[in-house]
Amino acid sequence: MEIAIISGKGGTGKSSISAAFATLQKEVVLADCDVDAANLYLLFKPVCDEEHAIITGQKAVINQDKCIACGLCIDYCRFDAIVKEDNRVNIVETFCDGCLLCSRVCPQEAIDIIDEDKSRMYAGRFKNGRMVYGRLAPGEENTGKLVSKVRDKAKQIAKESGIKDIIIDGPPGIGCSAISSITGVDAVVVVTEPTLSGLHDLKRTLEITAGFNLKTSVIINKCDINEEMSSKIEEYCAQNNIEVVGKYPFDPLVVRAMVNCRSITDFAPDAEISKLIKQSYQKLF
Amino acid sequence: MTNPMKIAIASGKGGTGKTFISTNLFNLLQKKGLNVALVDCDAEEPNCRLFLTEGKLEATHEVNQKIPELDLSKCTYCGKCAEYCNYNAIFFLKEPKIVNVLEEICHGCGACSVACDYGAISEKDDLLGHVSKFALSPKSALIESRTKVGVYSSVNVIKAAIKEAAGFDLVLFDAPPGIGCPFIQTVAQADYVVLVTEPTPYGLSDLKQSIETLKGMNKSYGVIINKAGLGNEEIYDYLQKENIPLLMSVPFDKNIAVSYSKGKLLTNRDSGWEEKFSVLFNTIKEEYGNSNN
Repeated sequence: MEIAIISGKGGTGKSSISAAFATLQKEVVLADCDVDAANLYLLFKPVCDEEHAIITGQKAVINQDKCIACGLCIDYCRFDAIVKEDNRVNIVETFCDGCLLCSRVCPQEAIDIIDEDKSRMYAGRFKNGRMVYGRLAPGEENTGKLVSKVRDKAKQIAKESGIKDIIIDGPPGIGCSAISSITGVDAVVVVTEPTLSGLHDLKRTLEITAGFNLKTSVIINKCDINEEMSSKIEEYCAQNNIEVVGKYPFDPLVVRAMVNCRSITDFAPDAEISKLIKQSYQKLF
Repeated sequence: MTNPMKIAIASGKGGTGKTFISTNLFNLLQKKGLNVALVDCDAEEPNCRLFLTEGKLEATHEVNQKIPELDLSKCTYCGKCAEYCNYNAIFFLKEPKIVNVLEEICHGCGACSVACDYGAISEKDDLLGHVSKFALSPKSALIESRTKVGVYSSVNVIKAAIKEAAGFDLVLFDAPPGIGCPFIQTVAQADYVVLVTEPTPYGLSDLKQSIETLKGMNKSYGVIINKAGLGNEEIYDYLQKENIPLLMSVPFDKNIAVSYSKGKLLTNRDSGWEEKFSVLFNTIKEEYGNSNN
């Protein structure tokens, strides 16, 4: 089973819960798809036997020796990524989307295309099985592509080693990397928190999972911060036929576990919160 | 008139308190009568409006991109459009003849229309999201970017929202999390970046990655530590060693979390916090001045 843990809003405790689920398994493939801010490798310190360079996209570079500053490329670029200053045409790198249209229309063939190849994917072993994670290089784009590579690798490893379950720790938000993290999975768990922002973001996230027809359940983390809001979220889920598979109170032990590089269920197996996480785990797997 | 001062409030890790800082800072400044805009650039999950409910909606406009529409009666199935598309958004088979636009992954670059020699590709509008402007006072506004649910990239909606803030003396951006394109598009347009983090191993690791990205972009930045007291001390050593200014420290306090959960602003309830955000603004201005002179 491939199960993705996402959140919409950031900082709800997605990664801590993914870590706990992963260490409740004897053998699992853990895929950290929060490639913008990969964190689980810090916790589990996997021994990696594979490192792959991933080409996340391309960028245009002007060859000033050939450029005659005609500006044709500027007319075609829809990303405001080409400017003319002092009769010199330049690419604004941060705005270039890598569509290559400028290089195709340039009459001087003065635009070169270079690969963005600094992002990495790693695969290795940790104490509860195998782990795959991606790290987006600063300044590189198309996180969705890197996420798909991480998921493909996780699936390949699961197949080759006969491991049944894949746990995906997804990114915040509902854009390309979140969508790439959940398309085609067997189940999605959305971790939320009882705040106005939490509820607002949960609604948008559930719209996405409904749009992809995915089996979805919800965990309300830090539920005691605002009991009233927590009940509102439960009501909202009930109305939409979504099961709430866990409600966990805020517990500073979770942060202590993280500081000690352990999952909460490993660090304090008998704590109330670990028991609650185990109950959710049994419902989900 | 001098150039507007543009400050982004950002973080690598989600949920560190970006919106908490940006809404409180904005609220304080608008109450002081400054000519200020807050642009909510977290278009995937915009939350600022939840804290600034008294703002009056002035205008909403759609943000669209142009995407291809195929006229199969003119198509010769030459495949050049698929070859030109660098996003694999045109599915093409020569035998049997199939050509299809995968609209959700199209970036709207227009390359396919340029490629087509037979006039088989025209363009239509594709809705990406909305930009809304809410007036808080005659001199201040919240400008919200909001993607349509299911849209892959928030970049165009963010850019449109930032454009809307032209004309204000001071512009704050509430940036999206991460270091991907939405983050880069936002901070690229700022003169100074305030990074909000928390003193945990995850917070520190993500902060380092944000800083590496900002260094590559030649941006000046400072750090706010939120939820201080939670986690460990490692982050303070890092800031000191790297000589990175610590702009403010907000203690971990369940009362703050509770008031945040209800959508309440500290700068509306507590003069002590008003003072702290006032000091923060002065610190930012000083750092901003140092970095621009």
